[in-house]
Amino acid sequence: MAESIRVEHATKSFTKRYQRTIKQVTVAKLRGHKTIETFNAIDDVSFSVQQGESIGLMGLNGSGKSTLLKMINGVMRPDQGTILTRGRIAGLIATGAGFHKQLSGRENLILNAAILGMSEKETMRKFDSIVDFAGLEDKLDTQVGHYSSGQNARLGFAIAIHVDSDIFLADEVLAVGDKPFKKKCLQRMEEVRDSGRTLFYVSHAAGSVRRMCNRVLVLRDGKLVFDGDVDAGIKFLNYDDEPENVEDRDAEEELGADI
Amino acid sequence: MTDLVEPRPVSTEVDEKDLPPLRPPSADNGLAGVLRRRYLLKLLVRREVISRYQGSLLGLMWSYINPLSQFFIYYFIMGTIFRLHEGIPNFAIHIFSAIVIVHFFAETFGAGTRSIVSNRALVVKMAMPREMFPVATMLVSLYHVGPQLVILLVATTISGWTPDLYGMACLVVAILMIMILGTGLALLFSAANVFFRDVGSSIAIINNVIRFGVPMIYSYEMVATRFGRFEHYYLWNPIADAVLLFQRAFWTGSTDRPTVMPDNLLLWGIGMVGVSLVVLAIGQLVFSRLENKIPERL
Ligand SMILES: Nc1ncnc2c1ncn2[C@@H]1O[C@H](COP(=O)(O)OP(=O)(O)O)[C@@H](O)[C@H]1O
Ligand SMILES: [Mg+2]
Repeated sequence: MAESIRVEHATKSFTKRYQRTIKQVTVAKLRGHKTIETFNAIDDVSFSVQQGESIGLMGLNGSGKSTLLKMINGVMRPDQGTILTRGRIAGLIATGAGFHKQLSGRENLILNAAILGMSEKETMRKFDSIVDFAGLEDKLDTQVGHYSSGQNARLGFAIAIHVDSDIFLADEVLAVGDKPFKKKCLQRMEEVRDSGRTLFYVSHAAGSVRRMCNRVLVLRDGKLVFDGDVDAGIKFLNYDDEPENVEDRDAEEELGADI
Repeated sequence: MTDLVEPRPVSTEVDEKDLPPLRPPSADNGLAGVLRRRYLLKLLVRREVISRYQGSLLGLMWSYINPLSQFFIYYFIMGTIFRLHEGIPNFAIHIFSAIVIVHFFAETFGAGTRSIVSNRALVVKMAMPREMFPVATMLVSLYHVGPQLVILLVATTISGWTPDLYGMACLVVAILMIMILGTGLALLFSAANVFFRDVGSSIAIINNVIRFGVPMIYSYEMVATRFGRFEHYYLWNPIADAVLLFQRAFWTGSTDRPTVMPDNLLLWGIGMVGVSLVVLAIGQLVFSRLENKIPERL
């Protein structure tokens, strides 16, 4: 089996607070405050993913999930440790895609596809299919700044899923979409998984993780605290015992509560 | 719908050697990565050309209004008050050829420095060589040089200009020098601008100083006679060399009166292309050092 992602002792630290002007720095120094405070958003994380695995990445808000994905797709580099990946990477990080607010949906689509590595021909070939998937035919020439956050995510997801990637990252994509769209996304991600590509799925919805993934990683304060079986992972997080009513739970788990 | 997920062999069966190698996801960055992704670069340049003056009535015209207004200010104020019309033959072409190349530099440097911050939306979310943005702004500025050259050509031809091979070599060297130098400085300053926005604000001052450090409203003859044996220090300023090269290309051939140019100007120019390459290498080095911290600071 081929390794698809290898993360070794990855650490990423952020600065909590910046004093930007000379005045602020001087005042902070005089008061004996630290001028720079750092913390590890990802703290000595190591794991390895085989190609074709689908990973559910879970953890509370601020536990470092988006930061980890940013390092996997190359937006950020780890301060210490190494991250290696194989093949093309596509996906959606921290709900929205990188769009220019002043540009129209059409222009953003073409630009975004190019950044993700599509050629001009490939983009033209898939253009209609992307627009169709996003369901934004009539909004295509509106500037993206006027899109709702849901529409923004739809377009971003539609582009990313059309890339012939070897690794697909989905970071809380479904959080802002409506129900029919969530359904469509999950279905498409299942196709991605079944085609033998590596899937990295961030979600708080136990049900969809159970449906999509065959392994769960849990982050807590930047540290990898669980790596293993899906059910055990969900149990580890205690996400299971929230909704009382069992029937409610099933519906809820599939699509809902994906915040 | 179903052509998206092309059927692939199931992973367990693939041999490791058939697959692309395991490597850092940001390995493809740097200027080399920019050159490899020309389609993306083309898109960024086209977008920038369209959007630089989006929502303005005169649009692209502003690229000509700026240098032209500068031209008229210098031509009338400086020329008349300081009587430079008499001292410098064909003063209009002397000024305008300088303005074209200085403007090219100022645009590349200024817009390039702001380019990372103004493309914040893409920089924080998408993996791509970020050098793409300063390089794209340089190409947009280069695109604007074209029509200004046409204006210059028309003006010089009217005043009886005779083109020569040496002059054309000077033109090419000057443009090449500013392309490389401008990109190098833009790389350096655009990364720094993310950490301290003061950097962006100081560009205007630097660009102002440059205007007076080059033979635009005064001639090289004045430098040569007043600096005496220190004359060649003046030539260590690459922008001054670029201006002189441009004037050698357009201005000296447009007048019958004697004009003073430094010795070995083309050699100086080629030397400065070398210096610019060093600046570019330093710019790239600093940029990739700082790049790691750029997305989190935006
Ligand atoms: N650019 C940044 N500068 C400083 N702190 C940051 C930055 N980005 C994220 N953080 C912090 O890092 C931690 C992890 O963030 P993130 O990876 O977005 O969490 P998650 O996606 O798991 O909710 C949070 O505490 C967040 O506030
Ligand atoms: Mg997140």
